[in-house]
Order: sequence, then C-alpha cells, then structure tokens
Amino acid sequence: MAPSKPRSKSRNPLLIPGIGKFSRSKMYHKRGIWALKAKHGGTFPRHDPKPAAPEPASKKPPKFYPADDVKTPVPNRRKPKPAKLRASITPGTVLILLAGRFMGKRVVFLKQLPSGLLLITGPFTVNGVPLRRVNQAYVIATSTKVDISGVNVDKFDDKYFAKDKKKAYKKSESSFFETEKQEKKLPQQKKDDQKAVDTPLIKAIEAVEYLRGYLGTKFTLRSGTKPHELQF
Amino acid sequence: MPFKRYVEIGRVALVNYGKEYGRLVVIVDVIDQNRALVDAPDMVRGQINFKRLSLTDIKIDIPRVPKKKTLIQAMEAADVKNKWENSSWGRKLIVQKRRAALNDFDRFKVMVAKIKRGRAIRQELVKLKRENAA
Repeated sequence: MAPSKPRSKSRNPLLIPGIGKFSRSKMYHKRGIWALKAKHGGTFPRHDPKPAAPEPASKKPPKFYPADDVKTPVPNRRKPKPAKLRASITPGTVLILLAGRFMGKRVVFLKQLPSGLLLITGPFTVNGVPLRRVNQAYVIATSTKVDISGVNVDKFDDKYFAKDKKKAYKKSESSFFETEKQEKKLPQQKKDDQKAVDTPLIKAIEAVEYLRGYLGTKFTLRSGTKPHELQF
Repeated sequence: MPFKRYVEIGRVALVNYGKEYGRLVVIVDVIDQNRALVDAPDMVRGQINFKRLSLTDIKIDIPRVPKKKTLIQAMEAADVKNKWENSSWGRKLIVQKRRAALNDFDRFKVMVAKIKRGRAIRQELVKLKRENAA
C-alpha cells in the first residue's frame, strides 16, 4: 500500500463531540471550494467515471430455478488464532504432563507451534519422552527453567507431526482374513532430529545439580499434599 | 494452673485471624473487655478482638499508646525480632513458611536429601548392630 499522506487537521474545531464551531456555509468558504470552482469555470472539477467492463454479449437464462428462495448463508470469515500461551510457559520451562501416555512426566518446553500446541521433548534419553506436541490445557508449568539457547527448533512445525496417510488397499477376501502386520518403523530422520535437539539440551541440564534426576522422575501426589496449596 | 502470659500494655501477640494474619503486634491499649488497640512498626495502629490474638512470651516496656517512634525504639531495645525468631514457636512458623514456598524442583531436592539421610542412618545402624552382635 502506498504510504498515506498525514491528514491535515480539521478546520472546524469541535465544541462538543458532534458539534463543530462553524456552519456548513462557513466551512464551504473556509475550505475554499469557491476558489476551486472559480479556477475551473463555475463547476467543481470532476473526472468521467471509468468505463465499466462490457457485459457479456449473450446472457443465457439459467437452467434451473429453485422452487423456494433459499437464503445463502453468510460466508464464515473467522480465522482461528493459536491459543494464547500462558505467561508462565516460556521456552525452556519444565512442564508436568497431566494426561496421556506420559502422564506425570516432567518435560522441557521448546516452543509453541502455529496450531497452538506446545512442542516438548523429554529429553528422550532422560525420561523417554520424544519430540511431541501437547496441549497447554493438560500441562502444569513449573517455575524451573532450562537454558534452551543452544537448541534450534526452527524446522519443527505441525506438518512434521502429521500422521502418514495409510495407502488405500482394496479389501479383497484374501486380505480380509490375513493378519495385516504393518511394520511401523521410526524413520532415521526423526531419530536424528531427536538427537540434534537433545544433545545441547542435555548439556544444559547436566550443568544444574539434580536437574537430570528431577526430569527423570515422575510427579506424584502423596497423602496429605494439597495440590491447590502447592507452589510450582 | 496460674496464667503465665497476661494481656498488658507491651505484650507482643501474633494475629491468628483476619487481614493481618501472621503478623506480630504489640498491645498498646485495652479498649474494653473484648478489644485491644494494637500497633506494629509497619502497620497503622488499630483495634482488634482478643480472640484474634495469640499472646507470646515477649513483653516490651512502653507507655500507654506510645508514638510510633517510641514503639520502634522500645522494640529494638527489647530485641523482639531476634527473640521471636529464636523461640521455638517463631522457628516453627519460619519453617512452615519456607515449606509452603517450596518449588516443585525444591521439593524433589528435599525428597532426595531425605532419602540420602535415611540411607546413611540405616547404614550406621546396621554397622552398630553387627558390632554389637559380634
């Protein structure tokens, strides 16, 4: 867009919002419309309207008229924004997972993905949690932070975690009775990515005493502990 | 048994209910059968019901309703802060506050320390038992 000129101040000072000091005729004079008209021989300068695009020569009558007039729904222009990240969750925060396969594990938060989900890693060798996406709602953020400056997470986004599409196979009788054993091997690329992320992370973790053991341990509640009174 | 801690001018008390919960205050005047006027160095002087106070052993020497400056001087002279923090009651409160403020990581470190201590104690015990049995 071309840079817009800074609009000049209004020549009609406001007495009260909605009521200016000068009347329409006074403003006509102040704006100098009379001078413009005099310059252009009595009329306000205007240009002819742009020629409209020519209508298609033959407009065929529509093939089908619907029996009832159906209202077309207003198109949905809403674009969902990624979930607002809690202030307590910053890159490098240790999170406690509350649900799912890794319930109770303490993991390191890396970044928020465009879908709003959080990218986390165990690190894998510390507690068995790989690079994974997790919803903010199922997570407790602790106040412990790990130094994450040595880690590069730019290449990870939601497409990285998309499930491989199962190729459509024709359901023949023979295949129906066979035991379909599809081997799901983790591609070497993912293993390398995991290692690339974890190595600098583990170095940062080893620098803090007890942190490795802390991340390797699960979060548990014991008799008498009141979660609402716990400080995380 | 006779009472040992009396409500008197200069008695240091702990507020155990209300907005000022946990604060150490000094009774500077008695209003009536139920209420006292209390004051503390960092608080506006105000009335409080005796039921909201727990009396401590500490007493300071002040005239009735002293000026703030006099109160602070008297508290310094009697060394109320140190006496409180070294008393068993005061120490317990400090520990409670510390425990409540523990981080999740801190709680993990405490757990590890407890396990290490228990292990060391048990090892010593086993050693002593073996020596005794022999």
